[in-house]
Amino acid sequence: MMKNHVRKTLAIAAATLFLCLTLTGLGMADTIKMGVAGPHSGDLASYGIPTIKAAELVVKEINAKGGVLGKEVELLVEDDVCTPNIATNTATKLVGDGAHVVLGHICSGATKAALGIYNSSKIVAMSPSATNPALTQSGDYPNFYRTIASDDAQARLEVDFALDVLKVSKIAILHDKQDYGKGLAEFAKSFLEADPRGEVVLYEGITAGAVSYGAVVQKIKRSGAEAVIYGGYHPEASKIVMEMRRKKMKTIFISDDGVKDDTFIKVAGVYAEGVYATGPKDVSSNPMAIAANDAHRAAYGEDPGAFFLNAYAAALALLNAIEQAGSTDYDAISNALKTKNVDTPLGSIRFDDKGDALGVGFSMYRVKNGAYYEVK
Amino acid sequence: MDYFLELFLGGLTRGSIYALIALGYTMVYGIIKLINFAHGEIYMIGAFTALIVAGILSMLGWNQVLILVIASIIAVIYSSAYGYTIEKIAYKPLRQAPRLSALISAIGMSMFLQYYVLLAQTSNFLPFPNLIPDFKFLEPIEHIVRSSEVVIYVVTAIVMVLLTFLIKFTKIGKAMRATSQDRDMAMLVGVDVNKIISVTFLVGSATAAIGGVLIASHIGQINYYIGFIAGIKAFVAAVLGGIGSMPGAVLGSMVLGMSESFFTGYISSDYEDVFAFLFLVFTLIFRPSGILGRDDTEKV
Amino acid sequence: MFSFNEIKKSLLVALWFMFLTFPIMVIRVNTIYNTIEWRWGRMLMVGIGSFFLSFLWRFLHKRQETGQKKAEPGETETLTLTQRLITDKRFSIPGIIAISIFALIFPFVFSMYQTNIMTSALIYVVVGLGLNIVVGLAGLLDLGYVAFYLVGAYTYALLNVHFGLGFWMVLPISAFFALLFGVILGFPVLRLRGDYLAIVTLGFGEIIRLVMENWNEFSFGPSGIANIPRPGFFGMELSLHQNIIWVYFVMVGMAIFTIFVVRRLQDSRLGRAWIALREDEIACQAMGIDKRRTKLSAFGLGAMWAGMGGAVFAAKTTYINPASFTLWESIIILCVVVLGGMGSILGVICGAMVLILLPEYLRAFSEYRMLIFGAILVIMMVFRPGGMITAVRKTHQFKGLKDPQSTK
Repeated sequence: MMKNHVRKTLAIAAATLFLCLTLTGLGMADTIKMGVAGPHSGDLASYGIPTIKAAELVVKEINAKGGVLGKEVELLVEDDVCTPNIATNTATKLVGDGAHVVLGHICSGATKAALGIYNSSKIVAMSPSATNPALTQSGDYPNFYRTIASDDAQARLEVDFALDVLKVSKIAILHDKQDYGKGLAEFAKSFLEADPRGEVVLYEGITAGAVSYGAVVQKIKRSGAEAVIYGGYHPEASKIVMEMRRKKMKTIFISDDGVKDDTFIKVAGVYAEGVYATGPKDVSSNPMAIAANDAHRAAYGEDPGAFFLNAYAAALALLNAIEQAGSTDYDAISNALKTKNVDTPLGSIRFDDKGDALGVGFSMYRVKNGAYYEVK
Repeated sequence: MDYFLELFLGGLTRGSIYALIALGYTMVYGIIKLINFAHGEIYMIGAFTALIVAGILSMLGWNQVLILVIASIIAVIYSSAYGYTIEKIAYKPLRQAPRLSALISAIGMSMFLQYYVLLAQTSNFLPFPNLIPDFKFLEPIEHIVRSSEVVIYVVTAIVMVLLTFLIKFTKIGKAMRATSQDRDMAMLVGVDVNKIISVTFLVGSATAAIGGVLIASHIGQINYYIGFIAGIKAFVAAVLGGIGSMPGAVLGSMVLGMSESFFTGYISSDYEDVFAFLFLVFTLIFRPSGILGRDDTEKV
Repeated sequence: MFSFNEIKKSLLVALWFMFLTFPIMVIRVNTIYNTIEWRWGRMLMVGIGSFFLSFLWRFLHKRQETGQKKAEPGETETLTLTQRLITDKRFSIPGIIAISIFALIFPFVFSMYQTNIMTSALIYVVVGLGLNIVVGLAGLLDLGYVAFYLVGAYTYALLNVHFGLGFWMVLPISAFFALLFGVILGFPVLRLRGDYLAIVTLGFGEIIRLVMENWNEFSFGPSGIANIPRPGFFGMELSLHQNIIWVYFVMVGMAIFTIFVVRRLQDSRLGRAWIALREDEIACQAMGIDKRRTKLSAFGLGAMWAGMGGAVFAAKTTYINPASFTLWESIIILCVVVLGGMGSILGVICGAMVLILLPEYLRAFSEYRMLIFGAILVIMMVFRPGGMITAVRKTHQFKGLKDPQSTK
């Protein structure tokens, strides 16, 4: 008797679960679906959330003008927490939900993991921030594009700047042992070693999240380095810079676009003065960029965050390509991206055979009076 | 020689940082044989509370030393309160349960607290003002050792002395030792075991809070995740020194901090954590109860 | 219904929590713009929430206590409902059949995404069962189990990159290497007990991950290894959707294999030696069981499953890097075992399902996901410390001898 009761409840529970799960798979209207994937929670969320906002603003404007190919554009926003295995789940979800194109991912590692899935499903993915060179240059991912230059260009700029402009010769290279930072550091090292004017006096990896970097900073001092090139993100960069300055070291600090972030200046405070960092080219005079920033402020009440303009450009490029191609067919979109220019806040851009954006590069910035300014 | 001295002091700083957290770990473990994974989060909450208080007071323009003292006191009060509450909710019901269940509960609590702070405050790194004033007499050697570091050394030493005094020479300390040796027997001789356990958590959390304030001042930034990483290292240090032993926790922390510093300084920073763990493994192979651990011979 | 005393208690609890969460919940200080934001609404929420939750908490605790009191006076061990359900053949066999049918039709009924998640859950089932041998059966607290998972994954990836070996060929090699590492890990920790063992295993887990991260020449460092081929289906080319279904069935097969082998091991002499080791190490030695061999075999055989799971993980996600194998993973796997029920196979399966499927389905709550997850862990442990499904100890009843010479 009791067993019957238990059986009935179990059956009802199973049926409800079944129903719920199937219903979530249904409900596909006829729209153009753009997936937006990136870290939307966790400690790297500040890198991923501005992309969502950019996509939202672009889609709102395009839908108001009648959409793409006469259909409304729908956003499918999914979180990948910048982790490769979750990124594969996210990618599978987006493919399963019928995304026609994907704006993402944000972190190079997560992008690498997800691209395999998009590639085999013939879906174009465009990232506003994944800078790992192999993503385009290896040729393994013909479906991948990006609206930011790759890390070797960054490293090249850093090294050239140090040697040509700052005229230093002894350089210490540090990285945070993670994919992005170490990749950059390796490029910088190979560029420096190839150049007779420069000398790599120290090449070390630091542990992200450690309680103190005193020992490494001592090592930098002992090595006699005139400048430090650091590959990594702003939390560690600010700690290292603080330790260096408090130990009265005048070593120049050069870093990458993971550090060219206002949060770095906020956290490092007065110690951030004089720090150099590479970042996407300054387009603040571009009228579309000004309009995009204004729209963000109007809609969300604050200044846009990291990679906002890159994401804005990517969203425009993707939707424009669909419009130009006349369909959501993979080959047609790819062709449109490579042959037709599109006006974006980053300028008029199109993409080369490998997927890199033509007309998008890096500049060097310096912290002065509490803000980053481009060094001309 | 200068280099060696700087590395030594750097190691001392690291060791003291670990020690302030390890002491709390070891106290709680000694009493209820539980690895309190959430201890790192108590440390983090202490730092956040201090940040909030310091932020308000500095906006009102109060004196720096006063801010430090008040922020520390309030951080201690709140961290102890959190420690007390956590014990009552997540650990007390599991006193008779298998040890692993309590461990998982601690892990769950650690996660909960991390995301609680993340959601209630922010996921960004927040700058922590340097509350520790720069001492004039230290100026000539400012580049070797900073005032904040000196304060950390001194406070760690004081805390260790105070705690050892508490355990060895006070009545409550005696009750704590009794409870840790044999809880049932302690109850039979009239020790209010619940109260003693709560007191242990209060004291351990207070130590973590002090650590939180000082370390945050020294490093200059905090975020919701600092508790986890610092907690793991501190736990390793406590075990290395012999878990359950107060001086052991400090010794283990110093050994860990020094070895990390010297390894980084003379060999490479790449494998510094590997080295630290290998060191731990080898120590435990030759001294299975840690450096100062009591060899608990099990009688059958 | 609610006495004044109870209401007073809950009120005090609510006040306490309002005080406790005051700084962090209510105040937000911005030192750059010099603003303070006071969010009083939150304090009210905390107060009301904790007021009602305290009633619920006390009620649940009382129920648990009375449940325990009832058990004590009885002589025979009363089994819980779930235990009775499992052991009762009339229920368990149709149950198994129902689950099998569900498992078979699952990928065809549900979307690719759901199948992918289920495959992840199945990998955790296999890995959890492996850890169950070490922690649940032999009672050895291993906090660095993820190292074997890593070994399995990297064995496949590296052998594939350097020698082009396929998945099926490497699977047994992965298992073997993991077993080897398990035994190697076991040697230094033979003398260690309890929490010291835990720390050393934690250390090993971290060491292996860090070495992989830094030894670029060998392991490709933090950039990891990409484009790892999926398991082959008799040499045919499959589309993404078909591949996901194929991997799912491979995992189902592996899970069944694991369950079968673990069950046999549990009932074997070795299995009983493990349980004896867990219960009382000294008595175990006194009975003549070789402690060393038992421990090493626990580590080795336990690690083997992680190795196999790791190989499938590499094939499924096609990209691995050391960051996927952190301490946190070890903790999750441990949670699977303890939450599900240490020593109980069905428990581990349920634990894996809950722990992996829950965060995915909680995506709707996005931000609060991990918060709820942590809370669930605590609540589960407080109210069911034995895990969801406590292991059923095999009891053999010795029905009294029909004593012909009873009259003496």
